[in-house]
Amino acid sequence: MDFRIPLGEWVETAVDWLRDNLSGLFDVITVVVRFLVDGLTDILLAVPVPAMILIFALIGWLVRSWQMAVGTAVAFLLIVAMGLWVATMQTLSLVLVATVVALAIAIPLGIWSARNDTVRAILKPVLDFMQTMPAFVYLIPAITFFSIGVVPGLVATVIFALPPGVRLTELGIRGVDSETVEAGQAFGATPSQILRGIQLPLATPTIMAGVNQVIMLALSMAVLAGIVGADGLGKIVVQSVSTVNLALGVEAGLGVVIIAVYLDRVTAALGNPADYRSSLLGVLARRRSARSATPEQPSNEDSQNHARAEDLRPAGSR
Amino acid sequence: MTTSPALEARGLYKVFGKNARHVVERLRAGESRADVSDQGTAAVIDASFSVQKGEIFVIMGLSGSGKSTIIRMLNGLYEATAGSVTVSGESVTDTTPTKLRELRRDRVSMVFQHFALLPHRSVADNVAYPLQLRGVPRAERLAKAEEILALVGLEGWGDKLPSALSGGMQQRVGIARALAADPDVLLMDEAFSALDPLIRREMQEQLLDLQQKLQKTIVFITHDLNEAMLLGDRIAVMRDGRIVQIGTPEDILTDPANDYVEQFVQDVDRARVLTAANVMERARAVVPENAGPRTALRQMRDAYSAAAYVVGRDRTLLGVVSDRDAIKLVRAGENSIASVIKRVPQSVREDEVLINLFVPAVESPLPLAVVDDRGRLTGVIPRVTLLAALGPGPGATGEITIPVLPVPGAEIDEVLAQLPHDEARSSDTEEVV
Repeated sequence: MDFRIPLGEWVETAVDWLRDNLSGLFDVITVVVRFLVDGLTDILLAVPVPAMILIFALIGWLVRSWQMAVGTAVAFLLIVAMGLWVATMQTLSLVLVATVVALAIAIPLGIWSARNDTVRAILKPVLDFMQTMPAFVYLIPAITFFSIGVVPGLVATVIFALPPGVRLTELGIRGVDSETVEAGQAFGATPSQILRGIQLPLATPTIMAGVNQVIMLALSMAVLAGIVGADGLGKIVVQSVSTVNLALGVEAGLGVVIIAVYLDRVTAALGNPADYRSSLLGVLARRRSARSATPEQPSNEDSQNHARAEDLRPAGSR
Repeated sequence: MTTSPALEARGLYKVFGKNARHVVERLRAGESRADVSDQGTAAVIDASFSVQKGEIFVIMGLSGSGKSTIIRMLNGLYEATAGSVTVSGESVTDTTPTKLRELRRDRVSMVFQHFALLPHRSVADNVAYPLQLRGVPRAERLAKAEEILALVGLEGWGDKLPSALSGGMQQRVGIARALAADPDVLLMDEAFSALDPLIRREMQEQLLDLQQKLQKTIVFITHDLNEAMLLGDRIAVMRDGRIVQIGTPEDILTDPANDYVEQFVQDVDRARVLTAANVMERARAVVPENAGPRTALRQMRDAYSAAAYVVGRDRTLLGVVSDRDAIKLVRAGENSIASVIKRVPQSVREDEVLINLFVPAVESPLPLAVVDDRGRLTGVIPRVTLLAALGPGPGATGEITIPVLPVPGAEIDEVLAQLPHDEARSSDTEEVV
């Protein structure tokens, strides 16, 4: 019995139709993505290498510790020593742009699905699909739409990295203590005041865990993006595989590992600043609050969450 | 205006389920909560009550009795399935979201069981939160927050984060936050249930102090009957979604509406709720000040008492006369007890709670005298009555065993039989044994 549903063909037809009819949109996306990724790569490469390493180290110190700064400097020097600096910066900028785009989509979607059960019910299978479909498959329609280069790589990366961002944002917001949300309602806060003043601040650690996951997935996908011709460490890995060049493969792989660990540690620390009291930011904040507490009249204006408290504007300003 | 209640609930229903309106109809038609459980969960059934301005109204019930659901309908956090709620004349149940938010900002605030403070904001910012929602400028609202923190005994803690405070202090912040917007009505949802017993007691007393100063209208939810009895001007007892009794603490304790309430009040610390007036009995050994010693002795013998209270014409408590002194008078041929009236060692006011009666009762040789606010003897409390009043069950006041051993009746009879020639001249001439 020769029974077959030509599902794949249908999808292909649909993709072709999209390519023919939405080419304008795809061109715009191509231009924008090229501009963002190439622009960021140019900036990262324009800064002298020692200065760039110093900046990475300083960020590590700011959010975590001086030990992290030292480790960062050593690791990035290793990248320079392996001759992979340019490729690493290309990969980094691809990952960063992909992460920003993914989060710009994922966080609002996560908020929406946290507040609306219908949205949640629809999104759940879609996210499951996105996460379990083998990542390579995304590359095929991406090439169809955007030809080869960095753009299909980025689009595939965004799709692949999106789900944990949505899921953890939703989880974070739904996980905020319901009594605290009720408190906002009971004192007459509007839904948007509750979102900005209570739910998002309290969900931040979980959302940052989501950001962390998005970055990690984006990084793993950025290597696959090398297959479709995106410049960077991924391309070198693909090269080394096709030429069975172990030395090159290990070096490029190590470069990916270094960026991954660095980004992971930085974003993890951003999510839970209270856990890293020896970070430069933590030390500065403590010193500032200690200084404001010493004068006779304690001033509440300078407590460390000054900035966050301020962004919850009263209803009148809306 | 003074007669309109601060808060009024009429025929409130809350049903969780798809066909809630229909379930309400079935409940109204007389079906029970279990009957309708196939269509929905009836959390609150036909609840009506009104709370006067300045009153502490306690809603008490076990978990699942619907008390937390009721309080959330009072400020519209839950939408009532049927019935109406008005706060200071404004409807909560029939209004727009904007108006409801205004009502919550200005009129009704809430204190939560687990404090529900915003952990990322300082104590002062937490207290100022309702003012911030109202659009009060930052400097002004922080000044007000500092003022209210002082009121609840937390001055100087404003720039700490809530996590730096103990549970009791956090709940004081919760109360301060609720007071910040100067609302008419305070809703307190199991506000002290998450605290240690000692801290809880302290907070209860502080709440009563605050209430004395501020005279807010308070609706207080609790599952702790002692707390209800201590705080409540009136108490509503809930069971399975229905209010089964509304009354003063004394009403609930001495006149429970049904077996459920009676069982419930068994465990209450009655000593802190019942007053002298609730347990006192008629004073039996009482003589007027112009009576003679023989009358007094007879009174004491009949009452099996070692002494008698002496009252004036208007029943003002003047003193006490003992059987031994009266016997001496009779033997000495005196015919007025005036010379042996002693000061009453201990007397208590009618509204004193039982817990404050124990020491006086121990120190008093007679059943404790209870006087009203004009000093008139209204009753006595024998020690045994005091003990019996602490036991479960209403009115455990049977016949009394005697606290002080009186002179044996035979001896009194003997004295009365003597010196018959005095009898003719004395004023109390009725009879001789």
